[in-house]
Amino acid sequence: MNAPLIALDRVEKRFGAFTALHGVSAEIREGEFFSLLGPSGCGKTTLLRCIAGFEQPTGGEIRIDGGSMEGVPANRRPTNMVFQSYAIFPHLDVAQNVGYGLRRLGLKREEAARRVEEALAMVDLAGYGARPSGKLSGGQRQRVALARALVMRPRVLLLDEPLSALDKKLREQMQAELRRLQRAVGITFILVTHDQEEALIMSDRIAVMFDGRIAQVADSETLYRRPVSRRVAAFIGVMNFLEARVSAASGSGIEAEIEGLGRVALRAEQAPGGAAGALSAGVRPELLSLLWPGESAERTAEGVVEDVVYYGYMTDFAVRLDGMARPLTVSMRNAAGRRAPAKGERVRVGWSTESVVLLA
Amino acid sequence: MSAAEERAAPVAYISPRRRSRRIANALRGEAAQGLLLVSPTFLYALVLLAAPLALVLLLSFWTQNYLEIDRTFTLANYREAWTDPLYRLLMLRSLAISGIVTVLTVILAFPIAYFVAFHVKRNRALWLFLITIPFWTSYLLRVFLWKVILGYNGVLNSALIWLGLIEEPLTFILYDVNAVILTLTHAWAPFAILPIYVALSRIDRSLLEAAEDLGDGPLRRFFRVTLPLAMPGVLAAALIVFIPTVGDYVTPRLVGGSDGLMIANIIQVQFGKANDAPLGAALSVSSMAIVAAISLMLLLVGRRIGGASR
Repeated sequence: MNAPLIALDRVEKRFGAFTALHGVSAEIREGEFFSLLGPSGCGKTTLLRCIAGFEQPTGGEIRIDGGSMEGVPANRRPTNMVFQSYAIFPHLDVAQNVGYGLRRLGLKREEAARRVEEALAMVDLAGYGARPSGKLSGGQRQRVALARALVMRPRVLLLDEPLSALDKKLREQMQAELRRLQRAVGITFILVTHDQEEALIMSDRIAVMFDGRIAQVADSETLYRRPVSRRVAAFIGVMNFLEARVSAASGSGIEAEIEGLGRVALRAEQAPGGAAGALSAGVRPELLSLLWPGESAERTAEGVVEDVVYYGYMTDFAVRLDGMARPLTVSMRNAAGRRAPAKGERVRVGWSTESVVLLA
Repeated sequence: MSAAEERAAPVAYISPRRRSRRIANALRGEAAQGLLLVSPTFLYALVLLAAPLALVLLLSFWTQNYLEIDRTFTLANYREAWTDPLYRLLMLRSLAISGIVTVLTVILAFPIAYFVAFHVKRNRALWLFLITIPFWTSYLLRVFLWKVILGYNGVLNSALIWLGLIEEPLTFILYDVNAVILTLTHAWAPFAILPIYVALSRIDRSLLEAAEDLGDGPLRRFFRVTLPLAMPGVLAAALIVFIPTVGDYVTPRLVGGSDGLMIANIIQVQFGKANDAPLGAALSVSSMAIVAAISLMLLLVGRRIGGASR
């Protein structure tokens, strides 16, 4: 594992009576694609701006490469930022925008021009240098902002919701491209986003934030499969929540009584937030399946289909299991030769104990 | 009622029941409404601006013969206006004074506009309101005020003598060019502050952060981003101050003495005591042409600096 490049040590930020960050601690590794994910107002952008130097933490410390950033202004930090609004200088053309920061490095004119051209090629804008910045599309502005930051070869690239202004198609394309670019240049990226799917697709690790605190730091798969709290589970993807009661817990395993599913024996890691306060169980819709006669599963339960929502490549079924008050969502891929059950039909739902996670 | 109003009236007051006809006439109707709206202003401009200008222009090609005017076309007035060293001196002095006043006003106005745009978080409207307070008194009164302040036994001299800094009252501060510059600069400051403030407050703050992020300290950032983006406002301020001050005659008359006289004073003399309205007209047209040429040049230069890509 690589050494931590950025250390956040109980970083606190207050704006008057409002506390935006409650002593946030985390470590971000060299070469990592790290995301700060959370709903608006959770403090993720404030944290990013503290790292960039646009905000001064009112407590705690930020270290980059081991050096404290306290009192270091933004223009002397080894970070560069891609702004949400892109902040393209309207009075400069594309090449002048990209080369803006190079002037301070004292490079020779040819060397600077070469690096600008290189950076533009990296974001597929080769030959756009002389274009006035007012004549760029949203996607192109985004690429110029990216090139302008990358040309500085920063230790850390900070991205503040860089894709939120783009339409869906372009956003998906840019997600893949950003990921590719990050691998190619090997620079540490810190991405702020409220889009959980975007974070899952792009990141090596994700910090989920609520109300100025980090709720969980994990890689995409762990975050999705083993969220530490009900809130994290609800924020990342779709989760069915069932009432649960822990009847026995030991170092090796947990026994719980789950509404609609019955008595279940779980491994300790299936209660990532600890078994003590667990009040509900979560199961992802795609980990449940509707069984046809003859099909089997580790565990089964029976119920009635109450609603069917067709998405094209998949279908969501709202199934009320016997003995339950509310229906569960079951997501099935639409496969050839399988008839989808209609509303009101009785079905068998298959699941495995491995898919269950206990949550506080 | 003008032709435009006559055409517009029935369309403007059409009843809702005749909507369809109204839509059919929409294009014509809107154009007519537009004309109706501008016609008072247009008439005003025509009667009080264009007509007098045309008259002045005509007058400048005629000759004054004691009591009546000889209406044969002549360029003699222009010849005199452009060759007489006195007029040339006054014109150059007027341009120099206005130029200095413009530069001083913009330089003094910029920090105030900057402060209000970037550092005043609340009550910005109140600040702008306070800036306009000098306009609550008449221009003439403000000029007299400077006379009181700068006079031989004025506030400034009395204060300096009382403090023991000088023994004799300063004389270079009233009835000369310095007094004209000081008075005009004070009088025009708010006119310069407002356009600069508007330009500054329109600058996207993330642009300033981006400049800082890319390595610029506050000073570099100012010259590379803030100033170029504020250029349209600075230019507007410069023109707003420069154009009217060239032709000012109240201030030089009251505080300028004989060294501080400007071109407008001599134009006034031609129309009055000297009884040579055609020569006054030729001087007016000439100075208008010169001011227009300089303003155009300023505009072109400013456009090249400020808005290469817009």
